[in-house]
Amino acid sequence: MKKLRLIVQIFFTVLTNGYAYGFTSGKIYQGNLKYACVPGLNCYSCPGAVASCPIGALQALLNRQGFQIPFAALGFFFLFGSLLGRFVCGWLCPFGLVQDLLYKIPMFRKRKQLPFHRILKYGKYAVLFLLVGVGSLFLFGGFAKVPAFCKYLCPSGTLFGAIPLLTANEMLRGQLGGLFSWKLGILLLIVVLSVKVYRPFCQYLCPLGAIYGWFNRFSLVQIHWEKEKCVSCMACEKSCPVALSVREISRSPECIRCGRCVEACPNKCLSFGTLLHSEMKD
Amino acid sequence: MRFWKTVKQNVWLLGILIGIAFLGIGAAEGQLAVIWRKATMICMECIGLG
Repeated sequence: MKKLRLIVQIFFTVLTNGYAYGFTSGKIYQGNLKYACVPGLNCYSCPGAVASCPIGALQALLNRQGFQIPFAALGFFFLFGSLLGRFVCGWLCPFGLVQDLLYKIPMFRKRKQLPFHRILKYGKYAVLFLLVGVGSLFLFGGFAKVPAFCKYLCPSGTLFGAIPLLTANEMLRGQLGGLFSWKLGILLLIVVLSVKVYRPFCQYLCPLGAIYGWFNRFSLVQIHWEKEKCVSCMACEKSCPVALSVREISRSPECIRCGRCVEACPNKCLSFGTLLHSEMKD
Repeated sequence: MRFWKTVKQNVWLLGILIGIAFLGIGAAEGQLAVIWRKATMICMECIGLG
């Protein structure tokens, strides 16, 4: 399962960032695929990106003059969320893959969560509301509204967008300033933290994870728990990278459906399935 | 009881339908074009220059 997930993560990252010419030319893809959004956090200014970032799309719509409901972005959220929930985070998000790989580095004593996790886990909802929502609707930079999350926080944009673009494009390198240093600092902080703590950005800051988390309970893809077979050995709980109990697995907004619990269960009472065949845990 | 179980098991389908409807409304309002325009120019804010 671990290997399969890694293969899917790498395949999806390459697939959604497959515009190889962009990496050598320092330009971005401008084709029709960018009318659509990918499910995961994938900066559309990455030179290889072949589609749009859903959070970037939401902010672009909120940045317009006046207020209109951002139906198109919400449509993508409902589609991906209803089908997959946070399975997207566990299997399809490029920045999730980066954090997974960093956590494999054998340095520091590993932690599943940060201290004050119970409070800090609400950080992603605050980011969604304050930076993506309020920030994009009301923050002004000169005469235009700004995509506040992308501008001030998103480490995916720095890693997949800024670094490759600035490497290949000399003209852009000449414009580096304080904002880039701020964003690079955030990226470095998250990189270092990811070596010690499991997916800190996903657990505490990612607004996309906050959105998909709401769909977890009712998404088509689920992890089933056959209660009758369970001997309460806690193997699933011990293996869960975000420390969920067996009752919380799959339906909790924190569950990224990585499948480690499925793999760890000695009695095979956890399995991937669909909501259609579930008994709906009470 | 059985009715509610069926409803719960098919909520995802309602989500998909809402998603398709929202995408349709968004496309009709030109929102997909807004997304495309933003995504096909280098986003200076995203890369920390703007």
